[in-house]
Amino acid sequence: MNPILYFDNAATSWPKPEEVPAAMTRYLCGIGGSPGRSGHRLSIEAGRIVLNAREALATIFGVEDPFRIVFTKNATEALNLSLRGLLKAGDHVLTSSVEHNSVMRPLRALEKEGVELSILSCSIRGELDPDAIRPAVRPNTKALVLTHAANVTGTILPIAEAGRIAHEYGIILIVDAAQTAGTLPIHVTEMGIDLLAFTGHKSLLGPPGTGGLYIRQGLEAKIPPLMAGGTGSRSEFEEQPDFLPDKYEAGTPNTVGLAGLGAGVAWILARGIGAVRAHEEALTGRFLNGLKDIAGVRLYGPADPARRTALVSFNIDGLMPSEVALELDERFGILSRPGLHCAPAAHRTIGTFPQGTVRFGFGFFNTEEEIDAALAAVRELACGR
Amino acid sequence: MNGGPWEVVLFQSVHHALRAEKLLKEAGIPCKLIPIPRNLSSDCGVCLRFDSPLRPRVEEALRGRAEIEKILPL
Repeated sequence: MNPILYFDNAATSWPKPEEVPAAMTRYLCGIGGSPGRSGHRLSIEAGRIVLNAREALATIFGVEDPFRIVFTKNATEALNLSLRGLLKAGDHVLTSSVEHNSVMRPLRALEKEGVELSILSCSIRGELDPDAIRPAVRPNTKALVLTHAANVTGTILPIAEAGRIAHEYGIILIVDAAQTAGTLPIHVTEMGIDLLAFTGHKSLLGPPGTGGLYIRQGLEAKIPPLMAGGTGSRSEFEEQPDFLPDKYEAGTPNTVGLAGLGAGVAWILARGIGAVRAHEEALTGRFLNGLKDIAGVRLYGPADPARRTALVSFNIDGLMPSEVALELDERFGILSRPGLHCAPAAHRTIGTFPQGTVRFGFGFFNTEEEIDAALAAVRELACGR
Repeated sequence: MNGGPWEVVLFQSVHHALRAEKLLKEAGIPCKLIPIPRNLSSDCGVCLRFDSPLRPRVEEALRGRAEIEKILPL
């Protein structure tokens, strides 16, 4: 067993498969090259790496044309691109009460600029009832923004159902897949997703500094890019190209990051997302099962591991989350995340605002042994309080 | 590839050029991405060069699967 038990995969996944740093080193040491800018062999090879990453992501999201996926530095940028691009003063937007601040902060800023915002209440376990959507729709409702899974409770939201309802009203469905890309199956057309924001450094197993946005055919006409600049195309012109992906990819991309992300996604595709999910779900179930028998532990989110991603928020009565996390780290080498997890709305929804919770996020490389060690540690802390 | 004669496929952006190269390679058609010659104008700085006699196979491999601007003799 490792001296460190890493249970913060919901913040960032670690370790990565060895193919990921290998691909990044191969790029930095063996290729270099500005992808596609120059015509020489190293530039071309760098361009191939970016294309391969794009195609791997198209496969994992069920996207037919890989150019519908544009790269950003993270999911937050993809969400800002979508929200700021689409929503104008006088528009109405719907969202859930368990969103991450990377959805809430742009929405609150837009609210100050004249966009109407309605928040659909979720249950104390973070669940969204799709029946709550229809009554909230107004004539000026432009978009429905939902997280695929809440980052505080792991609760999986009913995206496909929401997509069906949204399209009945001609509403654009924007999905924050930061917690689910790479671990839950996502098929953009089957689920009715118009814009999918994803990050590379969580369950897609890439490095930080990578992410992107899938844009449904036709929507790009409504979304101005956040930046304009060099694209290596239409170089005689001083206007930003209007075709994808160039429109949204001004400047040099994070090629070394995309080399890693491509390797991470390929690794998942080789094993099958089902196998990854099955392992993570089993670990989550084992942890939940053990926790519920410990007196003084308060659990949040759905009891059924199939209804959540591989993360668990809990508290120990009489102890602050920060105290628990520090003890776990110092005495047991267990790394977790205490606090509000950049999602004050979600904590308000589940009743843990302002103190927050301790959050464990499991990944493919965690083991049953590690789960059992974690349970023993939590038991000791709960009994000793 | 030998010394010609060649033709080149022109593209709107390098992303399209790279994808076309992949499609041709998958179809077993020898080709090479090269900097665009000065006498040809294009939106993108690279073009995909192939031996002229292979043109029908190139068109077939790319039809409906890659966006191209045009194909010109070099």
